[in-house]
Amino acid sequence: MTPTRKRRLIAVALILLAVGVAAALTVTALSQNMTYLFSPTETLAGKAPPGASFKLGGVVLESSIKRDPNSLKVDFVVTDRFKQIPVEYTGILPDLFREGQSVIATGKMQGDRFIAREVLAKHDESYMPKEVADAIAKAKAAHAAETK
Amino acid sequence: MPACTGTMKMSPLVLWFHKLGSPPYFYRLAGRFLPWLYAIALVTGAVGLYGGLVVAPADYQQGDSFRMIYVHVPCAWMSLFVYAFMAANSFVALVWRIKLSETLAMASAPVGAAFTFITLVSGSLWGKPMWGTWWTWDARLTSELVLLFLYLGVIGLYHAIEDARQAARAAAFLALIGVVNLPIVHYSVVWWNTLHQGQTVSLMGQSKMSSSMLWPLLTMAFATHVYFFASLLARSRAALLALESGKEWVRGIAQTQEAHAHG
Repeated sequence: MTPTRKRRLIAVALILLAVGVAAALTVTALSQNMTYLFSPTETLAGKAPPGASFKLGGVVLESSIKRDPNSLKVDFVVTDRFKQIPVEYTGILPDLFREGQSVIATGKMQGDRFIAREVLAKHDESYMPKEVADAIAKAKAAHAAETK
Repeated sequence: MPACTGTMKMSPLVLWFHKLGSPPYFYRLAGRFLPWLYAIALVTGAVGLYGGLVVAPADYQQGDSFRMIYVHVPCAWMSLFVYAFMAANSFVALVWRIKLSETLAMASAPVGAAFTFITLVSGSLWGKPMWGTWWTWDARLTSELVLLFLYLGVIGLYHAIEDARQAARAAAFLALIGVVNLPIVHYSVVWWNTLHQGQTVSLMGQSKMSSSMLWPLLTMAFATHVYFFASLLARSRAALLALESGKEWVRGIAQTQEAHAHG
């Protein structure tokens, strides 16, 4: 390797190293400050900004969905399996919204209720055909019956 | 210096690499590969799309909407792969000043930008019915948008400077700096709470997808890779002709083509 090329190689490597360190520091700083959502436990512990709008994330509690027959109003409970927060929303829900599904609601706390102006469904990374999902559910039920 | 006496003897691989770096040799070799690459990309792409859109079963939760994955995920992988390829060539171009590396880096930028654009649009189209929104500023979506801007920045910088070789070096520098965004895009779903789901397919370990749904996805991933290299070779050939337009070998090609045209 000629001295010129060696000098260039060192210069480029140093710049890359500097940029890499800067990015790593920024990412660590951001991961402490940047929260996309708060869980019900965090919200009830007062970590979410009081009086301001924030995102509440959790799972829709089973058999907690109550639809108003005369309007688009929906009541449901969001849980992280430790704490629960009742949520109120008026509008069209996404396709994936269902019991046991992860959701992210944007809105404000009003007393002990969360008034959402937007509800997004979070999808998980599993993909399978319906038959497989049914088979798994059946196997789980059989296993549960056996262990009882 | 006794150490210098060994430099005349080169291993065949190194010799081939040096030959590949010469524009006329690369032009001829790329021209020979090009039709094959296009044919393979077309056939595997058709098989992958047919498998994904027709053969694969519907998802248990998303129904048929999940089929967007067969466009979205291969393009998303390519958006990262092409950037890594561009950055590696930029590195070689900056340190060794190899003309072919500059050409390859600059030729891959528009292809990568197109893949990134398709990723963002297809994800948005899927996000509206599934998540309930076209767009959200979560870490994955935002970092992928930054990736598109990086591509556009490289393309813009390259075209803003008159001298093609100086322009390529400046743009290569930007491409190299932007490489820090790649791990951020990839690990964004791990490091932060995001609306975007985590990784479904992984190189190591179990993929969270049934095999009846997985094979079209992997076929599409293969097809997009081959397409990228086909497109890259075609673009590089054109760029080399323009860059070396005064050289003897280009004049030779022009004369042969003219002779062909006049019968």
